[in-house]
Amino acid sequence: MKIESRLAQIGSIQEPVTGAVSFPVYQATAFRHPKLGQSTGFDYARTKSPTRKVLEDAIAQLESGDAGFACSSGMAALQTIFAYFSQGDHLIVSLDLYGGTYRLLERIMARFGVTATYVDTNDLDALEGAYQPNTKGLVIETPTNPLMMITDLELVCTWARKKGIVSIVDNTLLTPYLQRPIELGADIVIHSATKYLGGHNDVLAGLIVTKGKELSEQMAILHNSIGAVLGPQDSWLLMRGMKTLALRMERHEYNATAIAKFLLTHPLIDEVFYPALETHPGYEVQNKQSSGNTGIFSFKVKDARLVEPILRHIQLIAFAESLGGVESLMTYPAVQTHADIPLEIREKVGVDDRLLRFSVGIEHADDLIADLSRALEAAQAELEGASQA
Amino acid sequence: MSHHGEDTKFATKLIHFGAEIDKATGASSVPIYQASTFHQEDVDAHQPYDYTRSGNPTRQALEDYIALLEGGTRGFAFASGMAAISSALMLLSQGDHVVCTEDVYGGTYRLLTTIMNRMGVESTFVDMTDLAQVRAALRPNTKAIFLETPSNPTLKITDIAAIVAIAQEHDVLTMLDNTFMTPYHQRPIELGVDIVLHSATKFLGGHSDVLAGLAVVASDSLGRRMKQIQNGMGNVLGIQDSWLLMRGMKTLKARMEGSETSARRLAGWLSEQADVEAVFYPGLPNHPGREIHEKQSTGYGAVVSFDVGSGERAKQLMSRVRIPLVAVSLGAVESILSYPAMMSHASMPREVRLQRGITDGLVRYSVGLEDIEDIIEDLEQALRG
Repeated sequence: MKIESRLAQIGSIQEPVTGAVSFPVYQATAFRHPKLGQSTGFDYARTKSPTRKVLEDAIAQLESGDAGFACSSGMAALQTIFAYFSQGDHLIVSLDLYGGTYRLLERIMARFGVTATYVDTNDLDALEGAYQPNTKGLVIETPTNPLMMITDLELVCTWARKKGIVSIVDNTLLTPYLQRPIELGADIVIHSATKYLGGHNDVLAGLIVTKGKELSEQMAILHNSIGAVLGPQDSWLLMRGMKTLALRMERHEYNATAIAKFLLTHPLIDEVFYPALETHPGYEVQNKQSSGNTGIFSFKVKDARLVEPILRHIQLIAFAESLGGVESLMTYPAVQTHADIPLEIREKVGVDDRLLRFSVGIEHADDLIADLSRALEAAQAELEGASQA
Repeated sequence: MSHHGEDTKFATKLIHFGAEIDKATGASSVPIYQASTFHQEDVDAHQPYDYTRSGNPTRQALEDYIALLEGGTRGFAFASGMAAISSALMLLSQGDHVVCTEDVYGGTYRLLTTIMNRMGVESTFVDMTDLAQVRAALRPNTKAIFLETPSNPTLKITDIAAIVAIAQEHDVLTMLDNTFMTPYHQRPIELGVDIVLHSATKFLGGHSDVLAGLAVVASDSLGRRMKQIQNGMGNVLGIQDSWLLMRGMKTLKARMEGSETSARRLAGWLSEQADVEAVFYPGLPNHPGREIHEKQSTGYGAVVSFDVGSGERAKQLMSRVRIPLVAVSLGAVESILSYPAMMSHASMPREVRLQRGITDGLVRYSVGLEDIEDIIEDLEQALRG
C-alpha cells in the first residue's frame, strides 16, 4: 500500500467492538486481568496503552522500523534514547543541531559521563577524526535546523555500521512521507512529532522508531522505566494530524519553494538556505535520498537591524518558536531555539544575528509573500528613517 | 488572593487554589490550552510562555496547585510518576550515591539498578525504619536519601523527621514518594524533606484515568535545577491530562476521607478473621509504626495489605472477588486488588521477595468508594468460597 493510503488509514478499522472509524481514546491507566497470571496485553498505561499502541505501530510501519515508542515530547524521546548509553560512552553529533539537544547533552548527559563531539556529519573525514574507542552512537539531523545542511544518510549510516555504533537520525523535518532513514541504514529514527507529524501546533509529542530485535527490546524497557510516555488524548490528536500528513507536506513544500525563490532575488536578503534550490550544496544528495523537501527554510537579511522590525511588521506570519504547523511561523534562532548553544559554535555553523527561520504554513503562497514583502519594506523604511535622523 | 493565606484550611485550598477561575472569561475551570507554541509580541520582551515543553498555562495551574498543597516553593508535572522520579534522580551526577528504602516501588528499584547505575550513580537499599542502617549506609559521596512511607506493599513506616535530621547533618538531599498519603494526610516538606514525589495516577488523580507524575521542591535553588531538567528532558505532562488531574484533585479530601474510613473498617474486620494470617495497616493498634505514623500524618490511607496464608488461597481470592478490579495500580474511586507476588514484584527473586515480607499469600487492597458493607461481604464470600 502507498504511504498516502497508510497515513489516511491510521487507526481506522482497528476497533473491533463498535467499528468506530476513529480509534477510541482509552483514558484508562489500569487494565483488569481476566484471571490471575493472565493479561489482555495491557496491564498499566505507562507500559502499554491501547490508543498509544495504535500510534506506535503506525509510526513503526511508516518508518520501516520494528517498533515505535511515543513520548511526551521530542526531547523526551531523545532522553529515552540517550539512556541506552552509559557512563563513559561518547557520541558524535551534528554540529548544526537543535538547541535543546545540545542542552540535554551538555547540561545533563555530561554530568552522567556521556560526552559528545559536534561535527559536520556529512564529512567522513570529520567523522573519522571525531571517532574514539568509546564512541557508541551517531546523532544526525538532515536537513539540519536551521541551516538545512544535508547528510548523505546511506554513506554515513554505512560508516556507523562498520564502526559498530548506533546511528540515530532525527527525521522531524522530512517525516516518513519524504524520507525513511531506516531504509537507508539508520538504526533509530526520532521525531519531534510536535512538528510536521502533528502539524497543527497543538500537541507536544515525540516518537522513536527502532530497527532490530535487540534495540527494540531495550528501548521498550527504557521507555517503560523512564516513563516519559505520551498521554492517550495527545496520542489520538497526533494520529488525527498524521492522517493529513501527505497533503500538508505537499503544500508546505510548494509554498516554501515559492517563497524561497522570492527571497533569493530580494535586495534585502543575503542568502537563502533551502535544499530545494539548485544552488544549495546538498541539492543532489537530498534528491537522492528524499522524495521531496521540508516546509522550513532559513535566510539571512543583509543587516541585523532589520530583524526586529521585520518580526514586528509581519501580520499573517506569527512570530513564535516551533515549526511544522499549518500556520506560518517565523523564528529568530539566535535568541529563541538556539540561545543555549554557545556563540562560538553558533557562529561557526552560521546561526548568527542575521538569520531568520521561516516555517511556511499551508496558507496561500501569495498572501505569505505579500506579508513578508510588506514587512521587509517597512523594516527597510524604518532603518532608513533612523539613519537619516 | 487574600483567602489563600497559609491558614486556609486544606479542603478550601483544594477548591480555591488560585487558578480556579479563568482571568480572561471568568470560566469556572482552567482552560485546556492545547497549543504547543505561543506567539511572541516582541522579540525583546519576555513573555511567560513561548513553547509548551518549557511552560503551558494549563500545566502551570496544576504545578502551582500541587506546590500550594504540599507547601513547597515550586511544582512540576510529568508524564508519569516514573518520569517525575527519574527527573529528581537526574539532579544527581556520576559518582554520586543514593540510600534508598529497600521496599521501594519496583519501578524506582528498576530505574536505580538498571539505568542510574549505568550513569555512574550507585545505590544502597536499607530498611529505612532502622536509623542505624541508614547511618551505616552513608558514604562520603552520598547525595540523596530516597524514602517511601508507608511503604508498598507492606506499609512499613519511616520516621520522616529522623531521616531528615540524618540527611541534614550530612548535607544530603531527601526525596520522598508521597503517593500513598497525598498532601491531605502527610506534608513531608513541612517535616524538612527537600523533594516530594507523586505518582499522581493514584490518589491525586483518583479515577484510574490519567497517568501523571508530580514533584514539589522545598527551595528556589532546587526549583531552578528541577526546571532545567524538566525542560531539558521534556518528560512533561500533556495538557488534557493536566486538566483531568486538576479535576480529580478537587475531590481529593472527599475521596481520601471516604476511602480511609472504609479502609479502617476493612483492616479491623480482616484482623478478626481467623483465616487471615496478618494484616498490614498503620491504623491498626498492633502496627509497629503506628506511633511514628500518627506523629507525621493525619490519616492512615486507603491501602490495606493482608496475608491469606498461601499462594493458593491468594489466587482463589483473586478469582472469586466481584467488587475490586483485579489489576496493578491503586488509589482510585474503584477498589483495586493486586497480588504483588505475581504482579508488581514478579521480577524479584523469590528469596528476596520473601525477605522483604512479600509472601506468597500477600494481597494488596486499595479501597475505593464502594460501600464498605459490600466490600466486606464480597471479601467474605471470596475468602470462604
